[in-house]
Amino acid sequence: MISLTNINKTYYTEATSLHVLKGVDLNIYPGDYVSIMGASGSGKSTLLNILGILDNYDTGDYRLNNVLIKNLSEKQAAHVRNEMIGFVFQSFNLINFKNALENVALPLYYRKISRKRRNIIAMEYLDRMGLKDWAYHMPNEMSGGQKQRVAIARAIISEPKVLLADEPTGALDSQTTEEVMQVLTELNAGGITTIIVTHEKAVSDITRKVIHIKDGMIGSIESK
Amino acid sequence: MFDLDRFQEIWITITHNKSRSFLTAFGVFWGMFMLVAMVGAGVALERGITSQIEGFATNSCFVWENRTSEPYKGFRKGRQWEMRNNDITVLQNNVPEIQHIAPIIFGGNSENNVLRDDKAGAFFVKGNYPSYNDIDKQKLIKGRYINTIDIVEKRKVCVIGERVYEVMFPHDEDPLGKNLQVNGIYFTVVGVTRSNSNVNIGGDSQETVILPFTTMQQAYNMGDRVHFLAITAQPGVKVSVVEEKVKTVLKQSHDIAPHDKTAVGGMNLEDQFTMFLYLGIGIASLIWIVGTGTLLAGAVGVSNIMLVTVKERTREIGIRRALGATPVNIVGQILTESVVLTMLAGVSGLMFGVGLLSLVGKVLEQSDGMFKDPQISFSVGVGALIILVVIGALAGFIPANRAMKIKPIEAIREE
Repeated sequence: MISLTNINKTYYTEATSLHVLKGVDLNIYPGDYVSIMGASGSGKSTLLNILGILDNYDTGDYRLNNVLIKNLSEKQAAHVRNEMIGFVFQSFNLINFKNALENVALPLYYRKISRKRRNIIAMEYLDRMGLKDWAYHMPNEMSGGQKQRVAIARAIISEPKVLLADEPTGALDSQTTEEVMQVLTELNAGGITTIIVTHEKAVSDITRKVIHIKDGMIGSIESK
Repeated sequence: MFDLDRFQEIWITITHNKSRSFLTAFGVFWGMFMLVAMVGAGVALERGITSQIEGFATNSCFVWENRTSEPYKGFRKGRQWEMRNNDITVLQNNVPEIQHIAPIIFGGNSENNVLRDDKAGAFFVKGNYPSYNDIDKQKLIKGRYINTIDIVEKRKVCVIGERVYEVMFPHDEDPLGKNLQVNGIYFTVVGVTRSNSNVNIGGDSQETVILPFTTMQQAYNMGDRVHFLAITAQPGVKVSVVEEKVKTVLKQSHDIAPHDKTAVGGMNLEDQFTMFLYLGIGIASLIWIVGTGTLLAGAVGVSNIMLVTVKERTREIGIRRALGATPVNIVGQILTESVVLTMLAGVSGLMFGVGLLSLVGKVLEQSDGMFKDPQISFSVGVGALIILVVIGALAGFIPANRAMKIKPIEAIREE
């Protein structure tokens, strides 16, 4: 599903340059349930951004579903993101002037699906998350766990192959962390390749594979 | 480009951010409102001014007698010379550029000089030729104007101003065929006039009794005296040229020094009309400059607020990008938002402005001031709307460009 070969990424500022990823080689297979762990500054978020085509890399090859992701135009990148990848963020990143239903339906808007149809589909996904009754509530009226479940519904409504979660439980208490992880585990069981960046042991324990990143290199991969 | 779904998406963004949208739109609303109000006021001023001289031949001039200011051919200076009937023929023969010439003679308006039964009033009395009607077009409320037969037969008839009619014939009495005693002699009323213009010669035309020129000369023992000449120039001839020629001929036939500047009084409306014309052009261009300036300031406001908005919406735009929005999607959204906002604001400004104008117009209908009938033409409205769309698109351009450059990663980076 995902294959990284010798990925290098350097951030340049005026005075200094920072070599963040130093030749990362990584293979993730369809249906994998992976967590990426590492200290802050280790490059794990950069890696996730490259995987999500939110950022580009300097050298190496990144293949997603056997397609080389390199030097894509913004438009191509947008299409790949919309078709292949679902995002879940630490701070949920819901659009705060749209209600839960509209937030969930947004990816389908960019897929040119009619408003009526995408609202029906969005309602189904909200229902799956147990949030049908909250469909017309604004994000600021919901709890953190609810918001994250709305965000997950939004991430999977486009039926992506890969779900990328950047610290999905970072802003949640242990109770809701458990709920959210249960949802992600169920989704993975449904066949979505799931990659979670986290620094919580409780989270990585649930995944089947843990990748440790240290100083921009893969430290170790433990499979369970 | 303008599918309903996209419009709905934008509509949600606009309506869910009410205060932001309102602030953005207000500048344009105000600009449009001011433009409409000012153009309307300018039109009203122009209409007001033109209505003052409506029906008056724009190529007319007037000539009258004054005392001489220079001695000439043995005459002392300060002599009062007099125009006579034969001056008319001389002028017509010597100045072919004259189109119409109407001699006028004035009578006294002593106290209660006009009588009818128990009613009395002090009014101006004037002897006119029918041709005067070609120079200052009279609106006849009743009856007719002085005609050639009146002149030839020296009939004792009169045409009265509206005010005279009101005083002499209260209760809407039919005045035609009734007699009025004017300065001791009875005249039959044949018409009632209302002057279109506010140009008055020898007294307010509303308060004037007009007699046939020849009748007046004979009835009041005035010989062949002429007091005043109203002249129009042939088409294509400058009236100031005609005025000069007329003066020269009069000076020759009355032994007045050719360089005497004051002996023959004269006035032509050409200068006045040109002044009005330039005044109108000046006002109109000033209004358009200020108006479009205000509109432009509104657009700059929109652009500014949209820029701030884009910065504030960095995260939203980033999320949209992460969810699959292409840069074109984002630019389209910002541009359409801007155009929709400016259009809405502009149209409501237009409607408020037109509403205000028609209100003011209703109030002004009662008065007879400098302003009259404030309105903007349909084409001005449509033109302003087109300008608005362009301005809206331009105003959205810089923010949209800025929004396009937002990378999803910058936007959704955790703080």
